[in-house]
Amino acid sequence: MRSVGALRVIPCLDVDGERVVKGTRFINLVDSGDPVELSLRYEAEGADEITFLDISATIESRRTALESIRRVRDAIGIPLAVGGGVRRIEDAARLLEAGADRVAVNSAAVADPGLIDELASRFGVQCVILAIDGRRKAVGGAAAWEVVVEAGRRATPLDAVEWAREGASRGAGEILLTSIDHDGTGTGYDLELLRSVTAAAPVPVVASGGASRPEHFVEGARAGARALLAAGVFHRGELTIGSVKRSLAEAGMEVRL
Amino acid sequence: MPSAESATRVAFAATGVANLASIQAAFRRAGAAPYLAADPEDLASAAYAVVPGVGSFGSAVSALRAAGMDGAIRDRITRRAPTMGVCAGMQIFFEASEESPGVEGLALVPGAFGRFPSSLPVPQLGWNRVTPPDPDSLGASLNLAESTEALIRPGWAYFANSYRLIEAPPGFDASGAEYGEAFVAAAERPGLLLCQFHPELSGPWGLALLKRWLAAGAAGDAAGDVLASKGRSA
Repeated sequence: MRSVGALRVIPCLDVDGERVVKGTRFINLVDSGDPVELSLRYEAEGADEITFLDISATIESRRTALESIRRVRDAIGIPLAVGGGVRRIEDAARLLEAGADRVAVNSAAVADPGLIDELASRFGVQCVILAIDGRRKAVGGAAAWEVVVEAGRRATPLDAVEWAREGASRGAGEILLTSIDHDGTGTGYDLELLRSVTAAAPVPVVASGGASRPEHFVEGARAGARALLAAGVFHRGELTIGSVKRSLAEAGMEVRL
Repeated sequence: MPSAESATRVAFAATGVANLASIQAAFRRAGAAPYLAADPEDLASAAYAVVPGVGSFGSAVSALRAAGMDGAIRDRITRRAPTMGVCAGMQIFFEASEESPGVEGLALVPGAFGRFPSSLPVPQLGWNRVTPPDPDSLGASLNLAESTEALIRPGWAYFANSYRLIEAPPGFDASGAEYGEAFVAAAERPGLLLCQFHPELSGPWGLALLKRWLAAGAAGDAAGDVLASKGRSA
């Protein structure tokens, strides 16, 4: 079996203006730092990429967040993916110009799936991440997940697995898959959701939502994720990037150490 | 930090939609002063030039041609002036890519890019091990000028590509990586460094490569002067 490169471990910064915050189930935000300081710390610890989610709610803090992206970009020498508030091509162009290497779309792509095609044709598939927030549906029989938008507040008729497949065929080069049920619970990734999406989409999948222990990252990788994302456990210092990567290596997986 | 005036200036060829923030920030960290080439003459005469890589093969090639930059790149290659191509900016030096059928590349280097097999997640997004050619192998030693050391060292590099080159181009020292199959991670010869990966996103290893490239260009300049004076005296 030939190598397929290293699994990525990605800390996620939820940024409001110039501060990193992290919600539990997207509510109850607790401030945990300066995005530049945190990014540099994570790069030194071996982070393979930084994901920057702009959760700014006002125009003013959105402008500040753009400045934060510039500062992070100037400071770090690893890839920077940015999402949050991308509604139109121009929004993505602005983030790329500020220093994002890749951009993530979520709600706007649900409202207008053609946005994915447009972004891919303008910036290339490697530049486009489709962020999907999935929530398990209470139905009898086979497991199913609905796509939810607006930071988990609104359900849509879309099926998360089908949406991942469609997004990839439209030109998303990666799926950032968050389980709304698991996010903030520390119970590990939703492995069943992860397996379903990695089987359906021919692009790399980033697992998100619920990892709090090294074995959760190992399980996520075994379920098919090519990258493993977490936020609060890193910000609070409960886990280090290095310890997670060593656990993956001990489990026989290839990581950049 | 060197001042903007004393820092080595590195000209960038605009490929249209390329995000230049990351690679320019990396060059600043390497002590250089990156700038966007204003016109083909500017690019041709620059001490160092970079063809950055974001966007498709077709869009990069047509952006370069529309700006008349293809001639400037050709001119630099003929003179062996220090030039670097990154990702899609590497691919445009070759003849073709499956990504944009029917589009002719600059064809300064023989070879064509094909897509990674669909049995793997494509694009390749992430870090991969780069292995320089075996210095003892005949091909590698033949391809490098005696005085020149290979710029690429073993290490982890960050890749973001769906298309790759399988065969090392003739006349180049090629480094390899594996993504389900072996492919060309970088190809170099004096004056020209082509990277499939993104050195600007490859952490300290990538930064060290940029510094070596800048240093080799300065050394090559001196060697070029020697050659030129020998030529005159002969």
